[in-house]
Amino acid sequence: MKRFPPQWLLVAALVIAGIISAISGVFNRYYLGVSIDVAIAIVLAVSLNLINGHTGQFSLGHAGFMAVGGYTAAAMTIALQKSLTPVTQPIVFLLALIVGGLVSALAGLVVGVPSLRLKGDYLAIVTLGFGEIIRVVFQNMESVGAASGLKGIPNYTNFFWSWACAAVTVYAVACLVNSTYGRGFIAVHDDEVAAGAMGINTTRYKVTAFVIGAFFAGIAGGLFAHHKVFLSPTGFDFTKSIEIVVMVILGGMGRTMGVILAAIVLTILPEVLRPIASYRMIIYSLLIIGLMLLRPQGLFTWNKSSKRA
Amino acid sequence: MTEFLQQILNGLALGAIYALIALGYTMVYGVLRFINFAHSDIFMLGAFSGFYLEKLFARYFASAFPPQSITAAIIIMLLSMAICAALGVAIEYLAYRPLRKRPRLTVLITAIGVSLFIEYTCQHPAVFGPSPQAFPKLLPEQTLNLGGVVMSSNQVVIFVVTGILLVLLTFIVQRTKVGMAMRAVSFNERAAALMGVNVDRIVSFTFALGSALAAAGGILFAIKYQKIEPLMGVQMGLKAFVAAVLGGIGNLPGACLGGLVLGLVESAVGGVARLSTYRDGVAFAFLIAVLLFRPDGLLGKATKEKV
Repeated sequence: MKRFPPQWLLVAALVIAGIISAISGVFNRYYLGVSIDVAIAIVLAVSLNLINGHTGQFSLGHAGFMAVGGYTAAAMTIALQKSLTPVTQPIVFLLALIVGGLVSALAGLVVGVPSLRLKGDYLAIVTLGFGEIIRVVFQNMESVGAASGLKGIPNYTNFFWSWACAAVTVYAVACLVNSTYGRGFIAVHDDEVAAGAMGINTTRYKVTAFVIGAFFAGIAGGLFAHHKVFLSPTGFDFTKSIEIVVMVILGGMGRTMGVILAAIVLTILPEVLRPIASYRMIIYSLLIIGLMLLRPQGLFTWNKSSKRA
Repeated sequence: MTEFLQQILNGLALGAIYALIALGYTMVYGVLRFINFAHSDIFMLGAFSGFYLEKLFARYFASAFPPQSITAAIIIMLLSMAICAALGVAIEYLAYRPLRKRPRLTVLITAIGVSLFIEYTCQHPAVFGPSPQAFPKLLPEQTLNLGGVVMSSNQVVIFVVTGILLVLLTFIVQRTKVGMAMRAVSFNERAAALMGVNVDRIVSFTFALGSALAAAGGILFAIKYQKIEPLMGVQMGLKAFVAAVLGGIGNLPGACLGGLVLGLVESAVGGVARLSTYRDGVAFAFLIAVLLFRPDGLLGKATKEKV
């Protein structure tokens, strides 16, 4: 990261995504689908990493924010899809993603301000609670299909959009954390009391991390909605939040590269295990236990394990 | 008025089951300071143990213990509690004990892994299978009419069993040596170890106790709803944990109070026609409201952070 200006890496990633997307016809549709899943997982894991890893605030409600963004973006494109031309379609889709992210960020603010007064396990359980409340609210909203789910979402998410969003998320979070301002997040993580004594407004940093994390989770939700073309409230339950948390922890809490790799591995793993479908989730859970027993510092950390106690 | 009393009665019955599960969460949190996510699956395994034991009894011991007799029901419940106590101890020994000195987050994720492992293993067709199964009637059913308020015999069973177990638990924790050791470990693990308390044994005992209570809760739940499935513990476990936090985690009377309050609140919301579909969310909304004003729960003591 030191040798290349990170902006160039971002541009390179966007160009490569665009090229692959342009020739996506030659690839197997199944592999393309999985690669989009991977990109969405990266957005989710990296955004949660900002909250759980860098800032050290254990949140268990990420799926709730994903749901807010997904439903908002989907409602927008469903309402507008009749009047779209091939030219306006990508613009509207991008707008829908951003609006989804913003509404989700607003939800993050509403949730974050009261709950970030709490710490540790209490914070975890309150964010879990908010995630469940969001899910129950969608389950009761007739306008978005209530419990039977939202159908008929246009299939706008392609290779370019998903990987472009992943690249932007990684770029934004990495630059934010490595900036002067971003040192505050790490200070809050390392020692909240000391950070406060140094004049850092810890509450403000925590809420900022929460809102930014929620924004990207909302974007991921929008991508997810237009990839699966169907949204069901049960898809955003506690298990989904846990899935993202596991990615962050196996990636090594606060190590962006590790978290990206964990997101890739944990998304591909269930697909690889598909031939032994009835055992795959059993193997997945055993792997989590085994890794926690053998490599608690994360899957992809070799030399930095002593950096943070 | 009768409807109001009826809702209170239903709420207390639900709350009693929450309380039984919440006690396990709160006890484990008391000694090890982490959320034992696998506890909700012990609850489920308790119900399934009851299910298979009933089949076993009906097939081989029908002459000695006729189906739906009180002795059979009691023996089934005690055996399920013993099975789950053993399972709880085994989980702690295999998955949590090697991590005792590691950060709590590691243990938390392991607990989630154990929970997922039990859930997916039990959903496998060769184990229990994913579809719900009808739970047999362990006892004959009757309904009592108390001046307009209808009370089923199942509710009586829930209240009686919960009452007995709570008295027993209070006795164990407050009046026995092992209970004193449990309180000591929960208060300060290091100091307790220095005073000659075998911490490992106390932790195992705590898991056994909590798991047995969860198994009892599982069977009572199964008697009430007459349907069991491998994922039945997920929602119940989450809400019971909410109950434990509500009462002040680590606090035994708090867990009971939290369970009963949660049962009453849910039942009250379920009784209002327009709100009934929001029932699952209300528990969490109530928890958040309480935590914002009393961050240590209803009966929890405020802890000051030392710098």
